Amino acid sequence: MNMLNKNSVKELKQNKRINNFADGIAAAFFDSMRYDPTVLAFGLGATDPKNIFGTMAGLEDEFGNERVFDTPISENAMTGMAIGLAISGYKPVLTHQRLDFSLLSIDQIVNAAAKWYFMFGGQQSVPLVIRMIIGQGWGQGPTHSQALQSWFAQIPGLKVIMPAFPKDGYNLFRSSIADPNPVIFIEHRWLHQMSWNGEGRVVSPTQLGKSNRVSTGSDITIVSNSIGSVYSHHAANILKKYNVGVEVIDAFNLRDFDINSISKSVAKTGRLLTVDFSHQFCSIGTEIIAQVLPLNFAELKIAPERIALPNFPVGTSFNIEKDFYFSTIDICKKIESMLNVTFPNIDDELKEYQSSSKKRFDGPF
Amino acid sequence: MKQEPITIEDFKEFFSKIVRIRTIEQAIAERYHAQEMKCPMHLSIGQEGPAVAISMQLNASDRMLSTHRSHAHYLAKGGNLNMMISEFFGRETGCSGGMGGSMHLIDKSCGFEGATAIVGNTIPIAAGVALSQKLSRTKNITVVCFGEGATEEGVFSETLNIASVKNLPLIFFVENNGYSVYSPLSPRQSSNRHITKISEAHGIKSLKGNGNNIEEALAISSEAVKYVRKKRKPCLIELETYRYLEHCGPNNDDHIGYRTKKEIDFWKSYDVISNAKKAIKELGVSPDSLEKLIQENTKEEIDNAFREATLAPFPKIERSISYEYA
Repeated sequence: MNMLNKNSVKELKQNKRINNFADGIAAAFFDSMRYDPTVLAFGLGATDPKNIFGTMAGLEDEFGNERVFDTPISENAMTGMAIGLAISGYKPVLTHQRLDFSLLSIDQIVNAAAKWYFMFGGQQSVPLVIRMIIGQGWGQGPTHSQALQSWFAQIPGLKVIMPAFPKDGYNLFRSSIADPNPVIFIEHRWLHQMSWNGEGRVVSPTQLGKSNRVSTGSDITIVSNSIGSVYSHHAANILKKYNVGVEVIDAFNLRDFDINSISKSVAKTGRLLTVDFSHQFCSIGTEIIAQVLPLNFAELKIAPERIALPNFPVGTSFNIEKDFYFSTIDICKKIESMLNVTFPNIDDELKEYQSSSKKRFDGPF
Repeated sequence: MKQEPITIEDFKEFFSKIVRIRTIEQAIAERYHAQEMKCPMHLSIGQEGPAVAISMQLNASDRMLSTHRSHAHYLAKGGNLNMMISEFFGRETGCSGGMGGSMHLIDKSCGFEGATAIVGNTIPIAAGVALSQKLSRTKNITVVCFGEGATEEGVFSETLNIASVKNLPLIFFVENNGYSVYSPLSPRQSSNRHITKISEAHGIKSLKGNGNNIEEALAISSEAVKYVRKKRKPCLIELETYRYLEHCGPNNDDHIGYRTKKEIDFWKSYDVISNAKKAIKELGVSPDSLEKLIQENTKEEIDNAFREATLAPFPKIERSISYEYA
């Protein structure tokens, strides 16, 4: 929970108080809105005392209720309104506390936002960001936890960005706001509490990139996104102790990942594992493997593999959740099997990792 | 609000514009059979009145959005004829570069911001356009045109609500032609349901009349635009009208029996052009020579537009790809 008092808001505005990913998103809002008076921020709960998990804290006080406002529960109309603003010289950012809620606005996202520039022959772009937050844990259940990035990634005209690390959260969010196209910006809820001191922020937003290499290694390539990249990065660190080099490519730009870098890495390692936080069927990982195969068929030592979520919804029961989701541990085990080796005492190692890693998400949402 | 009386000049302008649009639409219907305009075509013949009545109250900085049946709105708002016809021919010089066809018209130079092909789709977008006008403190307003069918979409009610909450300078412009393709009102809307009462329940001033009646259409449109411009609040207009041809295409489909003869006869006897003629005659002006003049001028415009369209190049697939991202 991120209830900010007046002082801490002031500090946040001055970029002095950034403790985590969520603060980074708020800081990116501040910096975007300060430098660009056309940026608007709204969404259900945007100005309530909790400010979307703290990610919009202090914005209304600073920029006023014309630029920052709460909305009716009308996802489709709010999306359409954002599009209307975007074609009229504004840069709206619409936030959904859960990705699932955005499904009420698919007509506006797919038939209007994604098509506008195309169907009117390149006359009018739609500089719009739609933030969607994926829930996990504490019984979020079948309709508060869906990770449907593959849906959006299949729509021409949309950009789909899934940051993993707090620095990228800040920088990619600013770049998304500056981009002239509609961007679906998807945050995994658990990332919000990742610690960060604000280091590495760019002063002015750059063009949206494609991918980041977050670990280097020569034994296996992992291509991942969002929280999957965080787990993969952790796995790479753990497996260093076993002299296994895991190269992790965080492919945060889902429709425009850097296939050349990925292919180059696979040429080096000869092994590919995708880690994708969504149902496995038609996942981004599937697309990455389909693109890599013809490029690297000869260099691959073993068949590529995917880690993803099961192809059925998650039940609410705690007992189901713990088996439904993957974590760093599953990635280490998968690598163990792909390399056909045994990591001695890996279970103890993972147990230690588990107890040293941050307190798990404890709700309520 | 005090209304200024409608002048003879207003009547003549209205008459000239509906005759021009009818003449253009009839020419499109006649030439559609040549199969060079390869796109679904929802003609506005019969429904010219509302489009002209509202557009006469607007200036080029006021903005308009519309739906699949948008030719009359586009033309009445001042949209470029040559670019519209080229768009039907799928040419690079079309108003949407050949990407949109008849259902995706746009001419930003006159404030026609776009028409889209999904029922109700532009209603909330118009709210955003209106909000931009509010935020930038202009005196301009936005009009979103749609049929009575779109009022059955949830987003209609959603947008009424936000327009009222935010006091948007927005006119919800409903043309009620009684049909969604072949489906009459009875299976779609309760006879106890009144569109204007839905908007009134959201605190929105609402006006209703017959769009084929020149006095009513002009008076209501004028009152609404003055109200929205001055009060900076939304308004809803419902104008009844009638489509003469099939839902989509250049033909008359009355023989298939989804509309009664009685109903068709009533509306044909209540045609907006005949009504306008009568009204002008009553003011002591003969409409026939004016009609003839407009028809001749328009015929020349049409011939030019068609000639230009047929000579224009087709877009290549490479060009299409470049429209994916800005």
